[in-house]
Amino acid sequence: MHSLGFRVNALLTLGVTVLALMCVIASLSDNLSVPSPSANVQVLNFNWFQKQSEGNEEVSLTFKIAADLQSMFTWNTKQVFVFLAAEYETPKNSLNQVSLWDGIIPSKEHAKFLIHTTNKYRFVDQGSNLRGKEFNLTLHWHVMPKTGKMFADKIAMTGYRMPKEYR
Amino acid sequence: MDWQGQKLAEQLMQILLLAFAVVAFATGYISGSFQMMVLIYAVGVVLTTLVTVPNWPFFNRHPLKWLDPSEAEKHPKPQEAVSAKKKPAKNMI
Repeated sequence: MHSLGFRVNALLTLGVTVLALMCVIASLSDNLSVPSPSANVQVLNFNWFQKQSEGNEEVSLTFKIAADLQSMFTWNTKQVFVFLAAEYETPKNSLNQVSLWDGIIPSKEHAKFLIHTTNKYRFVDQGSNLRGKEFNLTLHWHVMPKTGKMFADKIAMTGYRMPKEYR
Repeated sequence: MDWQGQKLAEQLMQILLLAFAVVAFATGYISGSFQMMVLIYAVGVVLTTLVTVPNWPFFNRHPLKWLDPSEAEKHPKPQEAVSAKKKPAKNMI
């Protein structure tokens, strides 16, 4: 501590180390709260269902998503990335996941929402397996903290079925 | 700064930074605002810098008593002992 430069160095080093410790404890404090999210998806209409020239089937659907993700937000949450995926099984792949819609929730107030939309991204199958196919609509979310590790979770909603014929 | 002052400066720095960290974390957690925590801690760092880094007079309350130059001249460093010690050290290398 004999010179000014020495003291500045010591202060900055200790300051940054203590800041890092605070961030670690802040990140660990997230585990104290238990989240309880809920979601519900309704398929309102299958707009069209066609086989493309390459042999792959494509479907367009309109759906309504009602979700409450407010309990996911803590003081250490920056934003929550949420997306809706259609999941189904084919003879070629044991799991197909097609993302239909996604969004970013920037704050707790926006975390309770009702979205009525057609699929943002195209729903194209690898082949032609979709006629009459049963599929799940799973809402996935990634919670991005201000400091710490990001974690992901999901709710699977089952019981949706594709139309039997092209339209 | 003198020796006592340096020790005081180091202790003050550590205690102040830790205290501000605890207060900042508690305030941020209770108010649910991460920004509040970072702000209070930043204020704390600035305050600690102002208290411990400049050479304040209260860090110099036990000044060192250096020997008067005229007094030092009366007791010169012995020359013979220095040259005698150097030769054996060179042989060992």
